[in-house]
Amino acid sequence: MSDIQWETVIGLEIHTQLKTKSKLFAGTDTTYGASPNSQVSLLEAAVPGTLPVFNEKVLRYAIRFGLAVGAKVIAKESRFDRKNYFYPDSPKGYQITQLNHPIVEHGLLAIQGDDGKQKKIRINRAHIEEDAGKSVHDKYAEFSGIDLNRCGTPLIEIVSEPDLSSAKEAVAYMKEIHTIVTHLGICDGNMQEGSFRCDANVSIRPKGQQKLGTRTELKNINSFRFVEKAINLEVKRQIKVIESGQKVVQETRLYDADKHETRSMRSKEEANDYRYFPDPDLLPVHIDQAYIDNEKQFIPEFPAAKIQRYVEDLGIKTDDANTIANGKELSLFFDDTVALLKQAKAISVANMLLGEYSALLKAKDTGFESQPIKASQLSGLLDELALGNISHKISKVVLEKLWNSDLTATTIIKQEGLAQVSDSSELEAIVKDLISKNQSQFQEYKEGNMKMFNFFVGQVMKGTKGRANPAQVKSILEKL
Amino acid sequence: MLINRKEVEQIAVLAKLSVSEGEIDAIAASMDSVVEMINHINEADTNAVKPMANPMDAVQRLRADVVTEKSNKDKLLSLSSQVDEDYYLVPTVVE
Amino acid sequence: MEFKGIKQTAKALANKDISVQELHDMYLQRQKKHAGDLNCFINDTSALAKNQIQVAQKRINDNQSSLLTGIPLVHKDLFCTQDIHTTCGSRMLENFVAPYDATIVKNLNNAGTVTMAKANMDEFAMGSSNENSYFGAVKNPWNHSRVPGGSSGGSAVAVAAGLVPIATGSDTGGSIRQPAALCGVTGIKPTYGRASRYGMVAFASSLDQAGVFARSAQDCAYVLSDMCEFDNKDSTSAQVEKEDFSVSLGQSIKGLKVGVIPEWMDSLPESIKLTTEKSIQKLVDLGAELIEINLPTAHLAVSAYYVIAPAECSSNLSRFDGIRYGHKCENPLDLNDLYVRSRTEGFGEEVKRRIMVGTWALSAGFYDAYYRKAQKIRRLISEDFANAFDKVDIIAGPVAPEVAFEFNAKKDPVSMYKEDIYTIPSSLAGLPCLSMPIGLVDDLPVGLQLIGNKLQEAKILNVAHQYQQDTTFHKLVAEGYHE
Repeated sequence: MSDIQWETVIGLEIHTQLKTKSKLFAGTDTTYGASPNSQVSLLEAAVPGTLPVFNEKVLRYAIRFGLAVGAKVIAKESRFDRKNYFYPDSPKGYQITQLNHPIVEHGLLAIQGDDGKQKKIRINRAHIEEDAGKSVHDKYAEFSGIDLNRCGTPLIEIVSEPDLSSAKEAVAYMKEIHTIVTHLGICDGNMQEGSFRCDANVSIRPKGQQKLGTRTELKNINSFRFVEKAINLEVKRQIKVIESGQKVVQETRLYDADKHETRSMRSKEEANDYRYFPDPDLLPVHIDQAYIDNEKQFIPEFPAAKIQRYVEDLGIKTDDANTIANGKELSLFFDDTVALLKQAKAISVANMLLGEYSALLKAKDTGFESQPIKASQLSGLLDELALGNISHKISKVVLEKLWNSDLTATTIIKQEGLAQVSDSSELEAIVKDLISKNQSQFQEYKEGNMKMFNFFVGQVMKGTKGRANPAQVKSILEKL
Repeated sequence: MLINRKEVEQIAVLAKLSVSEGEIDAIAASMDSVVEMINHINEADTNAVKPMANPMDAVQRLRADVVTEKSNKDKLLSLSSQVDEDYYLVPTVVE
Repeated sequence: MEFKGIKQTAKALANKDISVQELHDMYLQRQKKHAGDLNCFINDTSALAKNQIQVAQKRINDNQSSLLTGIPLVHKDLFCTQDIHTTCGSRMLENFVAPYDATIVKNLNNAGTVTMAKANMDEFAMGSSNENSYFGAVKNPWNHSRVPGGSSGGSAVAVAAGLVPIATGSDTGGSIRQPAALCGVTGIKPTYGRASRYGMVAFASSLDQAGVFARSAQDCAYVLSDMCEFDNKDSTSAQVEKEDFSVSLGQSIKGLKVGVIPEWMDSLPESIKLTTEKSIQKLVDLGAELIEINLPTAHLAVSAYYVIAPAECSSNLSRFDGIRYGHKCENPLDLNDLYVRSRTEGFGEEVKRRIMVGTWALSAGFYDAYYRKAQKIRRLISEDFANAFDKVDIIAGPVAPEVAFEFNAKKDPVSMYKEDIYTIPSSLAGLPCLSMPIGLVDDLPVGLQLIGNKLQEAKILNVAHQYQQDTTFHKLVAEGYHE
């Protein structure tokens, strides 16, 4: 064993399928899960004579991504190139992509580094390209089946600089990108269906060395867990290779989750001269500044900024702020509710949403997206609570009654007589009545047994079905 | 020779064409004469010239994101000589 | 037989002097007599024609017809025709039945034309002699031992032999003009982008253009007008208003500035030079003014073209892999064997040569030195033309350096490529250009090329029309084809 300390260098290429109705270069349906080869137009089958026409939504989505990662360049002139290679899932014999004039260049993304500090990861580029079809291997012994449904689905490939130093950082980066594209609404983020997947370029070098080691490319990893596992495996393998005196070979490797190994994909190596050239079927895409500026309205506030705002401006606990900000629907609902509050504090919204509200969702076995309560209803309820019109206990009752109802909290409180009893004469009468029925207990209380104090408060609450203001009950008891 | 036998073989691999042993020299020779003619392009000074990819002085038109194409699976698959009811079939793809 | 123009034929159809069926049958008779010998047709389209005849006749009867309604034609076999074989002259597509119509086919169908056949051609439009067709060479009606030119040889011959009044073709580096010249018919390639490329099997995408053959510039104008329209299925389709190229056909060419390129004229063999000069003199007689121009970079056009066209071709023809359509080899051992054998068996020698050259030109390390460099030359040539058109209205010059040559005369590819030295420059610049018959040399037709500025098809067509109003060369018919 050598004593060399190894440093890991990782760059990710994330393939993000864009959530468009139609494909990148033809008006063909992109809905996932259709029967094989049922969403294939003449273009995707590469029938001779067919030609591509560019989907504007893809351009808009790519620009939005560029804006979201603060890209220095959103190309004013963007072009498409052909990447030539033969593969059954690529019927034209080339893939339309962007080599020299990508739409987005030089973005930046903050993640939490391994040292716990914020780390900025450089995004080299994001370019538009078409997805390939799929091969099915388990149907026949001697054949592979080719399904072209996915062919021509728009992708942006987001390429990071090799700024990531561990599998953990790679995952953090990938998660952050996932958050951005899903919050932008440009990708459904579904990793199971392959809408969001990545290739990882991994190399190692002795700590302190400037020069990068030989890298391998891990292909098509489609879960956060696998990214971490695959990279860790590959790093271990590379260390073993080098420490045994061999050299790492530059190659493409496949992560096999079942066997928990990475293995060489020689088939992809065979012809790696892609003979890129500008696609003569497509013209340069011209984008003016106004067009780019117009997309700014579609850039939402991202979780990182939200968390900061929640913690610093609204006084919400960091953990809670994290949870809320990372749920896209949850944070929107939270923001809407907070904006409508008249009396209550934002923190009460956070507590309610993560507490009773979540519990209720769980009890009713439904998710947040079912939206059983409107923001105005929730803010109304919390205002009533803040105003002391209802007790905390009653607020839970009202919350349940608001479920799938059109009524406001105020109306429900009024209709159901749930308002807190704070009229002191009414309360005094109730207390006096209780004392007269429980003389011995009252005597014990007078002699200083504080257990009896709680007994009376409890009895009052019970008698009023929780509507009494406990503080007021206490002060009445104390006076007597 | 501007194109040698080895290059002919390499190009054939990229182009997915087979070149038999007996043909290589003839192909190399014919490619050689073409390349010799092509090489005249070096006579022009093009340092300050922007490449022209297409004679159209136009920019790419954009298509609205709507589904306009009908998929005709049966017709498409019928063009192929090796299919089943759902898939194009190729000799097993090794990954 | 006297070959009537479209206008006259349309009138006869409208007046019921002749029915669509009778017109069709008249051409069918001629086809039965000559087509087999000339080998100019590949696929039978009689079932389609039968239906189109009925539709056309009904339109005529209902006074819903246009000029082209009921007019027979053939389409070059690289235009997709729905449910009809579209072979591109290749074994690769021998059994390919196109699932759709090319836009220009659709446009002409809508005008009411009757498709009588698909025309033979050099495989995938690569060639200048029509010897590269998998279905055999096409013969020149003027002399059966001579080539008709290529790649649209079948279309040119069909019109020259009077087997149809009009035919579609495609021109990448001269594939309409050169066979038009060698067969003695009029042929026009419009401005790049004028005719939709959708449904035209691609050879070199940045150069390919559909066009027309007819017996006169006037008929070319009629057909081209119905064929060309902006097409949203083709990103390179020119976004211009649909134009009727026939409206300006009556204009005088008095004062028209005609550019002549001395180097081109001087490079011609004496007999062709004389004929060409005579035809240009005719334009002067009609009032045109001659201005000498030069295109300083045009001599590099063929070299640049044989980088760009093969490079694009190598990529465009990658889709022919034996999987989804087209030739598939027997019992492939594995995936690579399927690719390699299907392609090696399916493509002919010239196509494979161009794929190889194109693959080489794009391969690692060569891109800048070849493809990019050639594109720069392309711009220089385009600028040469732009400068010329500051001084002149049109350019007149030769189409081909010789008349129709013997079969097997050009075994060396480069000598064949040089057949297109006068047609390639305007192709690289994407300009409209035509060839019209201007007489015979050694009993074989010679053509004059007219090149216009971008989108000025109407102008060159009018010049050709004015010339044809005053001459009869376009009416010459080869011996044996009068009947």
